[in-house]
Amino acid sequence: MPRLLLFIPLVLFIILAGFLWKGLSIDPRELPSALLNKPFPEFSLAALQQPERILTKQDFMGQPVLVNVWATWCPSCRQEHAQLLTIAQTNSIPVIGLNYKDDRSAAMVWLQQLGNPYQFNIFDEAGMLGLDLGVYGAPETYLLDAQGIIRYRHVGVITEQVWQDLQNMIKGWGSVNE
Amino acid sequence: MIPEIGEFALIIALLLSVVLAVVPMYGATTANEMWMSYARPLAMGQFLFVIVSFICLGYAFAQDDFSVVYVAQHSNSQMPIQFKLSAIWGGHEGSLLLWALILCGWTFAVSRFSKALPLDMLARVLSVMGIIATGFISFLLITSSPFERYLPRFPADGADLNPLLQDFGLIVHPPMLYMGYVGFSVAFAFAIAALLSGRMDAAWARWSRPWTNVAWAFLGLGITLGSWWAYYELGWGGWWFWDPVENASLMPWLVGTALVHSLAVTEKRGVFKSWTLLLAIFAFSLSLLGTFLVRSGVLTSVHAFASDPERGFFILMLLAITMGGSLTLYAFKAPSVKSESSFSWLSREVLLLVNNVFLTVMAVTVLLGTLYPLLIDALGQGKISVGPPYFNAVFVPIMGTMAIAMGVSVAVRWRETSTETVLKTLWLPAVISLLMGLIFPFVYGSGFDMRVFLGISVSLWIISTVVSEFIGKFRNAQTLSSRLSQLSMSYYGMMLAHIGVAVTAIGITLVSTYSEERDMRMAKGDSVELAGYQFTFQGTQVVKGANYMADQATIEVTEDGQSVVTLHPEKRRYNVKRNMMTEADIDAGLFRDLYVALGEPLNEGEAWAVRVHYKPYVRWLWLGGILMALGGLLTAADKRYRKSSRKQESVHA
Amino acid sequence: MLMNKLTLGLLVLFCSSVSLAAIDVYQFDDPEKEKRFQELAYELRCPKCQNQNIADSNAEIAKDLRTKIQQMLVADKTNPEIIDYMVERYGDFVLYEPRVKPQTYLLWYGPALFLLLGLAIILWVIRGRRQSKESTAGNGVVLTTTEAKQLDALLNTKKGKQS
Repeated sequence: MPRLLLFIPLVLFIILAGFLWKGLSIDPRELPSALLNKPFPEFSLAALQQPERILTKQDFMGQPVLVNVWATWCPSCRQEHAQLLTIAQTNSIPVIGLNYKDDRSAAMVWLQQLGNPYQFNIFDEAGMLGLDLGVYGAPETYLLDAQGIIRYRHVGVITEQVWQDLQNMIKGWGSVNE
Repeated sequence: MIPEIGEFALIIALLLSVVLAVVPMYGATTANEMWMSYARPLAMGQFLFVIVSFICLGYAFAQDDFSVVYVAQHSNSQMPIQFKLSAIWGGHEGSLLLWALILCGWTFAVSRFSKALPLDMLARVLSVMGIIATGFISFLLITSSPFERYLPRFPADGADLNPLLQDFGLIVHPPMLYMGYVGFSVAFAFAIAALLSGRMDAAWARWSRPWTNVAWAFLGLGITLGSWWAYYELGWGGWWFWDPVENASLMPWLVGTALVHSLAVTEKRGVFKSWTLLLAIFAFSLSLLGTFLVRSGVLTSVHAFASDPERGFFILMLLAITMGGSLTLYAFKAPSVKSESSFSWLSREVLLLVNNVFLTVMAVTVLLGTLYPLLIDALGQGKISVGPPYFNAVFVPIMGTMAIAMGVSVAVRWRETSTETVLKTLWLPAVISLLMGLIFPFVYGSGFDMRVFLGISVSLWIISTVVSEFIGKFRNAQTLSSRLSQLSMSYYGMMLAHIGVAVTAIGITLVSTYSEERDMRMAKGDSVELAGYQFTFQGTQVVKGANYMADQATIEVTEDGQSVVTLHPEKRRYNVKRNMMTEADIDAGLFRDLYVALGEPLNEGEAWAVRVHYKPYVRWLWLGGILMALGGLLTAADKRYRKSSRKQESVHA
Repeated sequence: MLMNKLTLGLLVLFCSSVSLAAIDVYQFDDPEKEKRFQELAYELRCPKCQNQNIADSNAEIAKDLRTKIQQMLVADKTNPEIIDYMVERYGDFVLYEPRVKPQTYLLWYGPALFLLLGLAIILWVIRGRRQSKESTAGNGVVLTTTEAKQLDALLNTKKGKQS
């Protein structure tokens, strides 16, 4: 019996090593959204291009949408812009922009020069909708279902691969609903 | 050419370490004296070639050889020479080379200063260290060579070193810390050699004890320096953040502290052998685990190295081989509980065992808190954080209880002590420390404070028990000087280290209770009052450093109208990377620090955000750390470790 | 791999100024709230940065969160309300003091458990040792100081023979 006790340290170490090995494939910085499977927060903010137009959640409810958080001060947003334009061209899902803590005129210039993939843009100058949404840095992209429930958040640049994953996710819902 | 020589020297060092890992070990198993005797020259050769390699890298830094990728990424021609040289260990590759250098240095030291050791023991110890060196040097060569070149085109100038690292702290902190981390490899090697040879007697403890104490002292010094560096350099006046990287150094220190005590029991009384062996294995394994945590990127930390899962995988393999191998060996060969002596409930043996349990539980707690986010994440339970509020809540009660046991353990003797003797020695210290603890918050602060009462009482308890025990030693002495010289160095070392713990505890208690801080918007002529000091902002001017420009503020500090000091905090912009850095200015004192940091300019430079701190007794934290380290060194310098070797030589002669 | 580099670049952008202490000026109507502000800012983790609380971080998001805390304090919100607000948005990740719930039982109660376990093992070991001692009372090796010295001498000669 006491001999067996001497194996305890080894066993504990093997368990620890297992976790450490698993840890190597986990990114500790990647945060899942705290709002996953919860409704998109209520808001009432001006549109970017038409300051007099007030946007609310009702403006995009009723169908799955992508909400893309972007800003002109964010270099990675420039990187993903082409991919967003491609997504918009497929017409498979509306892309809503959330212009986050940005300068209105700079944002307008950006859209003119690079093209506008967005159906419309929510202008969140103070970043308070971003805060409600749990945004911690642009770019972030949220996938909402028809009920306005957040189903997925992607932090970082949208690539072709990410877009494929998103499409699969949307297809998945279709089959569940039928 | 020079970098290639460095790389080549490292390859030779690797070959030598492979031979060192195999030949003497094989010699020891087959009792082949010639093979065993290769250990010493191999250890020397290995050390020499790593030195050559290290000098080559230093030369590349000194000569601004930006064709070397590592140099180009961590240096710049504008940097002052002392920072160019300390930039050798400013990044992953170079610091790993420093690690290897220190490892080979320890190996060489063991081969030189262990004349007393039987040859088979020495051969095994050096071989185990050769195995570790093989692991680390191949890690360097395979994944992290600091000698890689940008070819054929290389940048005209280097990318500069992170300004935080362009500081005196970088020169001293990593070498000290690594001396400690790597030093535990000696204790580890002794433990493995003991397990392999089946020799785990008091002699074994005596050989391994001075090495362990020195390593422990260096680690403590390294941690102390790190804390002090963070305090003055990061600009927000904290001295411990419970960051994974800090925890990585604290865990081996805690286990090392347990080991130092357990070794004392094993040496003096021949008991707890298998426990001591286990601690020796753990102390070094936790050093390796720390390396893994810092360099693999599995945890987020403020001061982690550029992380890379591939490197993480390599270190994990090293960890699995050393730790898995040694624990397997331990499971099969550790001595079953066999006592050479007996002791009663109230004896130093039992109290030291209790102390070991406390220290181990503390180390496990730090490990648990550090890895818990990883565990939860790996089990798919989401992301959580474990930070200072957790560690403070759990750590402080354990530490406090242990401090009480510390006082008692000083007063009890080996084997057996009667309850009356203990009570006779302890009642006065108990009364004094409780009373002083009670009075202190009224005199120093504004009223009773539970934390201060407990903290001060416990600290004074540690000090007064040591002092009372010391005085007790003179009761039967004929003359003072005869008695003083009779007491051993290790006794003085113990006293010093225990007082160090108390000094640190006083510092922690007071600085965390009575610190004051204000964030202020200050324009020229504005002043703010903090803890009785008047801080007046006199404006800013632009100053030019070697490789940065800075806005330097002038802040006059007065107390009751009397000038105390003029402080010049800076906000620096480094030329190369354009990064900004806050350089705080501190008026240091034994009883209080005044700490001023400069924030952002407000209203186009009309006013500035300024943070002022009043930090009472903060120096005591580090003073205690230094005392503990000195205590460890004194113990290692005890006569008996040298005497036995001299006797040894006479036997040979 | 590329993704990693990109996120890293992003991080550098947001937290480039680790070395830059966050110092800003918030006004409070009463000193008690200022104290609570400091406490809260020290206990909440900046979601974007490497391991930093929002008091020390200079990242944009940390600034926003500080501003939000200040607003909520001025609006007379309690500490639990403020903490809940943050957790609703950023998850348990922002809490440096993890909540006590089944997933964290080991974390919170583990240390006490380990301590009891350790002390129990000591009791068990020493009792076992003393019992075996009593049964072999005659053979018990009890070293006095002189004996210890003899042992020293013995050990030294033993060493001598082997080397």
